[in-house]
Amino acid sequence: MSDRSQPMDRRRFLADTARAACGVGVFGLALGLMAGQARSRPAQALRPPGAGPEDDFLGACVRCGLCVRDCPYDTLKLAALGDDVAVGTPYFVAREVPCEMCEDIPCVVACPTGALDPDLEDIDDSRMGLAVLVDEETCLNFQGLRCDVCYRVCPLIDKAITLESEHNVRTGVHAMFIPTVHSDACTGCGKCERGCVLEEAAIRVFPRHLAKGRQGDHYRLGWQEKAKRGESLVPGLVDLPDRLPEFKP
Amino acid sequence: MSAETRPGAAACTTKGWFAAHKWLILRRLSQFSVIGLFLLGPLAGIWFIKGNLASSLILDTVPLSDPFVLLQTMFAGHLPETTALTGAAIVLVAYALVGGRAYCSWVCPVNVVTDVAAWARRRLDLRGGVRINRRTRYWVLAMVPVAAVATGVIAWELVNPVTLTFRAIVFGAGAAWMVVLAVFLYDLFVAERGWCGHLCPMGAFYSIVGTVSLVRVSARDRGACDSCMDCYAICPEPQVLSPAVRGGETGAGPVVLSPNCTNCGRCIDVCAPDVFAFTTRFNTEVDDGDKAQPEVMRKAA
Repeated sequence: MSDRSQPMDRRRFLADTARAACGVGVFGLALGLMAGQARSRPAQALRPPGAGPEDDFLGACVRCGLCVRDCPYDTLKLAALGDDVAVGTPYFVAREVPCEMCEDIPCVVACPTGALDPDLEDIDDSRMGLAVLVDEETCLNFQGLRCDVCYRVCPLIDKAITLESEHNVRTGVHAMFIPTVHSDACTGCGKCERGCVLEEAAIRVFPRHLAKGRQGDHYRLGWQEKAKRGESLVPGLVDLPDRLPEFKP
Repeated sequence: MSAETRPGAAACTTKGWFAAHKWLILRRLSQFSVIGLFLLGPLAGIWFIKGNLASSLILDTVPLSDPFVLLQTMFAGHLPETTALTGAAIVLVAYALVGGRAYCSWVCPVNVVTDVAAWARRRLDLRGGVRINRRTRYWVLAMVPVAAVATGVIAWELVNPVTLTFRAIVFGAGAAWMVVLAVFLYDLFVAERGWCGHLCPMGAFYSIVGTVSLVRVSARDRGACDSCMDCYAICPEPQVLSPAVRGGETGAGPVVLSPNCTNCGRCIDVCAPDVFAFTTRFNTEVDDGDKAQPEVMRKAA
């Protein structure tokens, strides 16, 4: 009797194992696909200072909310289930409440796992995003007016945002002061976006990977190479006279 | 189910209602106190503890971290800072003392939901349903790190009802109530004790933590057992009871050693002859001169 029951037990064991493994496997696959989706974060959702690239951050953050609790300006919030941002992770929306760039960076200090980089000691070094003047058609400074609000509210005024004067072609006699963002200084705090006086902000902060282009590594800009070398890279280059079409009245 | 056959009815008459619900009341007090302490900060501005069950900080000094969640970050390729590692170590030591799955029955907010589902199931006399192997939870537990490695994201935390529920209570709900409702309905109509006792990988994880845990339930007065089966009816993991309760015949000790036991103490509550009591795993004493003195038996064998 026991001899005969053995192969049946083995059969049953294998069947049970296969059932459990495959059932859980299907579920795991769905979970994996869901995790892939969770990586896409809406452009207006910015991560706290010290957060690494999204993939790293989603692997490191335990969703405890300690950074949210220690944010003195209630800038940070935890994504609830159903929000576009991966559930339980901290984020802020610059147009609602921007980052006030606390000098002691309490959110980073609060993070128990290091998902917010503890080596970040100067808030000016944080890169939460990058401001982009997205709409020249509505920006008041581009109309030749002196709004300047984004420039004035910038915590790194004259470094992260400067005003560059340009000729106002419309009036012919005036200057335009164009707010210009410099990515080497902009922290992405979002105060410019918050401050923009328009109904919909003309300057917005995006996650840096959305805001920044990248040149090919092999690109060499002639004038830079020339400056580096101190002379032309092609010495003795003959500059031929430009030939213009002859003027025939 | 009539009032007479409800598990614990006999205990209510012999011991009184409070004695027959003592551990249940203490457990609910514990579960709601945990929630209350976390809510003291946001609601009353008293920051005794902040964060949530994934990671928290008591009085701005003592860190606590969930080792299960922290392991996921490690599998996702992140080495946590010492704060979180210290917090996880504290939690591991604590549960190794009080019983791994004491987390489930004394802290976890989902336990309240599934206990209500189990109660409603008994009240409505709903029997049967989908039968799932209780070992499935270990498969889910194995799947969690695989998903973390494969995606580089702590994927389980996207759906983990335990952390979702607790975070929803402390930080604002969103759509998390739907997950709670789903677990409740699943436990009520689909599978008896279906979530906590069969699928939850967190329960499986804490079971493993609890394999060495000190505090245990013992059927030390098992000679007095009148086989009313109330403990089996009320126990969320009834399979753990048999070796201890029926051990007199097989020579097994009276301590419930299965790591799946949640130390909820409901068996102690509902037992009219007071067979059970909390004790340590080393206390193999049997009260009434039971013939099966386990150590003697083991030596003899």
